[in-house]
Amino acid sequence: MEMNVRLTEADARISVQHDDFDMAAEVAMLRERDSRVGAVAIFIGTVREMNDGGSEATSIQTMTLEHYPGMTEKALAKIVAEAAQRFDILGATVIHRVGELKPLDQIVLVAVKSAHRGDAFDACRFIMDYLKTQAPFWKKETRAKDAHWVDARESDDEAAARWQLPRNR
Amino acid sequence: MNVKVVYLARLREALGCSEEVLTLASASPTLGDVLTLLRERGEPWSYELGEGRAVRAAINHEMAASDAAVCAGDEIAFFPPVTGG
Repeated sequence: MEMNVRLTEADARISVQHDDFDMAAEVAMLRERDSRVGAVAIFIGTVREMNDGGSEATSIQTMTLEHYPGMTEKALAKIVAEAAQRFDILGATVIHRVGELKPLDQIVLVAVKSAHRGDAFDACRFIMDYLKTQAPFWKKETRAKDAHWVDARESDDEAAARWQLPRNR
Repeated sequence: MNVKVVYLARLREALGCSEEVLTLASASPTLGDVLTLLRERGEPWSYELGEGRAVRAAINHEMAASDAAVCAGDEIAFFPPVTGG
């Protein structure tokens, strides 16, 4: 009986894609015929219409996501592997969209399956916190008159620091 | 030795360059040496890649610090702090 089951590559589904994703279909695929699973934690990140704070917040028309092809998939796979080292999980799906998105669009999906909820919740949060500071994606917002690159946030570094992860800013 | 250098996101736009091949004179250069060489070009390189700017780097698709060794044929990338998710 193996006491320390580690996630193999086959249990991680990583995708960087332009197209939208179907959360229900992805979760069904993740759970398929796996009766060890007692918990699935899901996170979906979406495009907001307004920026943070400031009373003169103007609405975002498009959000363009750039990435570093070649590095992105490797970085995401490394993040999932790191989560599997830290938490007792049975598999994970990470999908991140790139290209031009609009408010209300889905950006990112993280789904983690585990025997119990604690590891599923923790690993899901860990993967997102890690992704926010280590995966090579950049957001550019286009508003009525201008386009600008989104700045990295201190709160993302603080979230990563809770897991003793490297800082980004 | 020659290395490929890639610039991404805001940095690519600010420098007006997406990638180039760079020839390094040193026999055992570090990432810091590459940065120094690029800064010596003057503006906008010296400002955008300057000490006070938040610039991140990767060597062959792995995040790297300025003391990391650079080898012939490496792909070096410079980019701003990431903002995905």
